[in-house]
Amino acid sequence: MAAIEMKNIVKQYGDGFPAVNDVSIDVEDGEFLILVGPSGCGKSTLLRMIVGLEDITDGDMLIGGKKVNDLAPRDRNLSMVFQNYALYPHLTVYENIAFPLRLAGKPDSEVDEKVREASKTLELDEHLERKPGNLSGGQRQRVAMGRAIVRDAEAFLFDEPLSNLDAKLRGQMRTEISRLQKRLGITTVYVTHDQTEAMTLGDRVAVLKRGVLQQHATPRELYENPANLFVAGFIGSPPMNFVPAKVDGNRVELPFGTVTIPEERAAKAQGKELLIAGIRPQHFEDASVVDSDKVTDDATFKATVDVVEWLGNEAYAYIPFEAPDEVREQLTQLEKDLDGESLRTQLVVSLDGASRIAEGDEATIWVDARKIHLFDPATGENLTIDSDNAGLIPGGNAMAKAEEVGKEQDDVKPGADTATT
Amino acid sequence: MKNKTTAGTWIGFVLILVWCLLPVVWIISLSFKGPGETGAGSPQFLPSDPTLQNYRDILGIGSVTSGQEATAGDFIAALRNSFFISLIATFLAVIFATLAAYAIARLEFRGKRLVLTMALAIAMFPVVSLVGPLFDMWRTIGLFNTWPGLIIPYMTFTLPLAIWTLSAFFREIPWEMEQAAQVDGATSWQAFRKVIVPLAAPGVFTAAILTFFFAWNEFVLAISLTSTTGSRTVPAQLSFFVGPDPFNPPYGTLAAASVVVTVPIIVIVLLFQRKIVAGLTSGAVKG
Repeated sequence: MAAIEMKNIVKQYGDGFPAVNDVSIDVEDGEFLILVGPSGCGKSTLLRMIVGLEDITDGDMLIGGKKVNDLAPRDRNLSMVFQNYALYPHLTVYENIAFPLRLAGKPDSEVDEKVREASKTLELDEHLERKPGNLSGGQRQRVAMGRAIVRDAEAFLFDEPLSNLDAKLRGQMRTEISRLQKRLGITTVYVTHDQTEAMTLGDRVAVLKRGVLQQHATPRELYENPANLFVAGFIGSPPMNFVPAKVDGNRVELPFGTVTIPEERAAKAQGKELLIAGIRPQHFEDASVVDSDKVTDDATFKATVDVVEWLGNEAYAYIPFEAPDEVREQLTQLEKDLDGESLRTQLVVSLDGASRIAEGDEATIWVDARKIHLFDPATGENLTIDSDNAGLIPGGNAMAKAEEVGKEQDDVKPGADTATT
Repeated sequence: MKNKTTAGTWIGFVLILVWCLLPVVWIISLSFKGPGETGAGSPQFLPSDPTLQNYRDILGIGSVTSGQEATAGDFIAALRNSFFISLIATFLAVIFATLAAYAIARLEFRGKRLVLTMALAIAMFPVVSLVGPLFDMWRTIGLFNTWPGLIIPYMTFTLPLAIWTLSAFFREIPWEMEQAAQVDGATSWQAFRKVIVPLAAPGVFTAAILTFFFAWNEFVLAISLTSTTGSRTVPAQLSFFVGPDPFNPPYGTLAAASVVVTVPIIVIVLLFQRKIVAGLTSGAVKG
């Protein structure tokens, strides 16, 4: 087991495509780190540089304090689970798991002992003599994990291991991976584009955009204190609402009404013309189900609900609004970066399941004004961030830098950000 | 409707079988006929007086027809030449083709397209056009009438096909297989030997069998580049069979020899039938 340190890692492909740009991330010994971002953000490339399948253009990669830039994959002693599992189809499950041990020239008795142990952990005992071709997706996934845990690797690397499984199995395997990692206590780097996996599995999460690190923090810090518009929009489901806002003193004027925000937050956002306010759907509520002492005119507004999706424990209400052109462009771009497509500017409001608001109603909505974030529309930076609880945010403006890199990438390979993985 | 289709299918089967197998059956039937029968103007299909004499003559078992004493010795020598020349050519061609195809499928290098085009160009060359130059060259450098003198051209003519077949196979094998092996601690060579070659086995088999068939059946080079039974292969040797009557080819003996040389091919095909089929189709359907 070992810590992994990435120092100013750069990856530039032969054609000049800048895939990873000056990324520095420390993974502590035993930590579970998630690399997350939309497709084409360089997360898989970064992982492959850790394991040695991709050359490092610049920067230092240290594993257990030793520089490994020029070591072949086999000399780094890491184990990896591939997206398509990469099981050896001509070998039985037993031999698949035993493969790394056989290569290391371990005696048969030791191989057998370790394989049995791994297969027991992963409940593969009854499948040991079968070939991977006869296994289900979940079983193949477990075999791939067996091959990873069977030897004493310095760290585990996962490259979108669950993306080929169906939703139910994905949930189960997610828990399984988490349990396994906690029990083995081994340093793990896990690449995913699924933010649920990122939030639930990771001790810390590194959010990447266009090969530029945006924020490296715990899931809670990312959720509560996103560094910029990109992180704010990427983390959380349904995504954070972005609405145009004007600040006057501690009063914030939103398209559907004016709310009062705490003084210290307002202070950070003074002197700007037009801002973007970010409010999570969960920070809205039907005023009629909120404690009456919280409901004041300063924190409520009336709006006509367009569509309601009732899910039992909660309901999502959609409220369309008009955005001025200055922010609309930024919001459209943001939506594109997040692999989405914005059809209209609308507010998504998460309501309590007990709420009786129906489609077409003029509803009174309460907003938790303490949780509103204000972003600079020009740079995307979060003005109201609580830096002590926001993890590591790279210096300079990461989001603007990602934009620049994005332009370079498009020059080399247009549409590269829509490539898979 | 369904019965009709079945009946039609069966009629089709029978027609094709008759079309393909009639010559084979004719050869087998001929091989059991004595010289009197094969020399007759309009011989019947089945031998009227089946005899094993032709086989005795070519294999040298028991009493041999007078004047045919040398045939058996020559034939068996030719059989030995055929067997070893084909086997060595196949073995070397498959090894070279595997390595070359792997490089073509996996590595990016300058002139890759050139190599592939050249390989194809070689395959397109008519063998006959090279017989003259080869004859001259082989005589000068002393390869005329030797095993290597045949093995080298056989390899040359079968390598292109083998390389193309195998590189298609290697391309089908996902990169991740090798990368996984490397992460698991394998060197490039180990990854190739323990993961890639086993996965490409059907392709290797297909290439090997095609090469073997070519070498086994080849006639033009075999007759031009050899002069004695020291290196002459069976197809060439057959043309030197002389019967008791110099004006009538020894049909019965020729037929018997043909049957004998066809047997190994049939055995190989039956043994590796499933592998060949897997090899020919595995590119099409994802296994």
